[in-house]
Amino acid sequence: MSKPKSLFEKVWERHIVEEEGADKPAVLYIDLHLVHEVTSPQAFSELDARGLKVRRPDRTFATLDHSIPTLAPDADGNRPYVTAQAKKQVETLEANAAKNGLRLFGYDAENRGVVHVIGPEMGLTQPGFTVVCGDSHTSTHGAFGCIAFGIGTSEVGHVLATQCLAQRKPKTMRINITGALQPGVTGKDVALTVINTLGFSGGTGFALEYAGPVIEALDMEGRMTVCNLSIEAGARCGMIAPDQKTVEWLRGREYVPQGAAFDEAAAQWLTLKSDDGAVFDKEITIDGSAIEPMATWGTSPDQGAPIVKGVPVAANEDEERALKYMGFTGGEAREVEKVDVVFIGSCTNGRMADLRAAAAIMKGRKVAPGVRALIVPGSEWVRVEAEKEGLHQIFLEAGAEWRLPGCSMCIAMNGDFVLPGQLAVSTSNRNFEGRQGPGSRTVLASPATAAASAIAGHVADPRQFMQLESA
Amino acid sequence: MSNQEPVNSFSSRIVVLPEANIDTDQIIPARFLTTTTKAGLGKVAFNDWRYNADGSNKPHILNEIDPTEHRVLVAGNNLGCGSSREHAPWALMDYGFKAVISTEIADIFKSNSLKNGLLPVVVSPEIHDKLTQNPQQRVTIDLESCTLTLEDGTTVTFQVEAFARQCLLEGVDAMGWLLKRLPEIEAYEQTNNKAA
Ligand code: SF4
Repeated sequence: MSKPKSLFEKVWERHIVEEEGADKPAVLYIDLHLVHEVTSPQAFSELDARGLKVRRPDRTFATLDHSIPTLAPDADGNRPYVTAQAKKQVETLEANAAKNGLRLFGYDAENRGVVHVIGPEMGLTQPGFTVVCGDSHTSTHGAFGCIAFGIGTSEVGHVLATQCLAQRKPKTMRINITGALQPGVTGKDVALTVINTLGFSGGTGFALEYAGPVIEALDMEGRMTVCNLSIEAGARCGMIAPDQKTVEWLRGREYVPQGAAFDEAAAQWLTLKSDDGAVFDKEITIDGSAIEPMATWGTSPDQGAPIVKGVPVAANEDEERALKYMGFTGGEAREVEKVDVVFIGSCTNGRMADLRAAAAIMKGRKVAPGVRALIVPGSEWVRVEAEKEGLHQIFLEAGAEWRLPGCSMCIAMNGDFVLPGQLAVSTSNRNFEGRQGPGSRTVLASPATAAASAIAGHVADPRQFMQLESA
Repeated sequence: MSNQEPVNSFSSRIVVLPEANIDTDQIIPARFLTTTTKAGLGKVAFNDWRYNADGSNKPHILNEIDPTEHRVLVAGNNLGCGSSREHAPWALMDYGFKAVISTEIADIFKSNSLKNGLLPVVVSPEIHDKLTQNPQQRVTIDLESCTLTLEDGTTVTFQVEAFARQCLLEGVDAMGWLLKRLPEIEAYEQTNNKAA
């Protein structure tokens, strides 16, 4: 019998064009390359300088998400770009896509959106694929059993020119999450717990596989959230074995095989799982039943804690520095953290399941006075679906803003940002100093927690609102 | 990227930023990423640490030193975590750095740095302490032998991925290396049903 293999090894081996050696990396084939406006211009310039074109336009897809405005154009159709340079960046991608024959999900496309939201949504992301993008949260696509990782602009150029990357095989780590989640606990809380357990660099050099009953019970959106945050523990990718849920989620989407060919593909996808006895370089277990709604309190995503436990006391200099930046003393209850901004969106939590969770809390309630709540769907498809379900009405009636899709306040480069000193509860993925604008302070949390915090006006455990409803 | 200058041996004074977990958002904030070139990013390297909102200087070591004299950045643990933006090494190199030293350097940042000729050097906590305790010192970095020599004469070896090291030493560019493999890539596509 052949040696048992992990999910990662199975997918990796299928994409080896040339084996790795002591003095050379493997040549890894890339099935899907997603491109956006911010990390691609210099890569296209490099191709131009060498007189090359994109080698596989059929495997390369572009979208506008990072620097585009989320406000509607004016009566003359002018988009409210934050700067002329942002506009130029968008136009550069439009020109590069046209010149190379790439499908661009541009302004008029019904599928435009945040790169890691639209890939799966369109069925571009398929189990067993290798997926790359010049964006660290490419790990999101791992939820479909893909090896998916972020690359720099030089490597974007490599893939555009050759459809391959020079890569060393990473080590593997399996994270088993046992038990069952308590009501009110979501994929985001699982992810923040995993990062908190591993630490900010605990995943460096590893490809993660998430497994166990908690992962199996999560819906695809929850799994994407978990994989999305792999990079925040330093891992370049995180994966989950495809199952029947994965298959049903993908069925009928634009780019997956249709009809009988789909079932054939699905049968093959379902073989993509770690064999019994597969060996990992590291394996850890987390008790899923003990996970509670989480919120970060510091300036890196691993600095999080269950909301009910309050802000921890600093254990070292780094934590002290983080607390100081956040304006917390340590040891206080989360209720004292007055919230200025709530941001619900991003590739971490900008999908339908996320908006539904937020709407369930906001329904019939009002955003607390003085709080600015911004709801930004992850894609045009999400926006349209949400409007069909009337979610936008719930948000608007609660006093929140409902925007067009984009990265928005997750990266704060399009004109949506948090003012200096303001405290934001965000469903995004990074609470670095100034990530949401110079001097901004960010608390990362789930959509339910963000919505609850908007209503309460302070960082709040969402279960209090859920209990109210059932009472 | 294409006409990589070979990197080998150099000596320089260091500059120390003791903070741990310096993410690429600190190295270059996102609002400067709307550029479509690589040029001129040195002036916004560590922008929010170096300047006030009105553009005036904050008291910060990077505003005080002569970058041509300080080509080696020594940073706290886990340097370069976060976003994959290659603008981070572009900004550091444009500022004047040729090498970065930490006890841990994040994966993507390390890979991006190597592709641009910015040398990432991972050292033990003991060596890191020796560097930070004498933050004015001059060090020598030799890529051929993969050694770092401190002012007190201590010499340690560091690891650089073999292929990246060869690319840097010989000025080989990785895209060219991949382009030479196009026949193998085409053969792979044929046998794996991935042809266009
Ligand atoms: S939503 Fe945020 S993390 Fe996701 S792709 Fe956009 S900027 Fe990156």
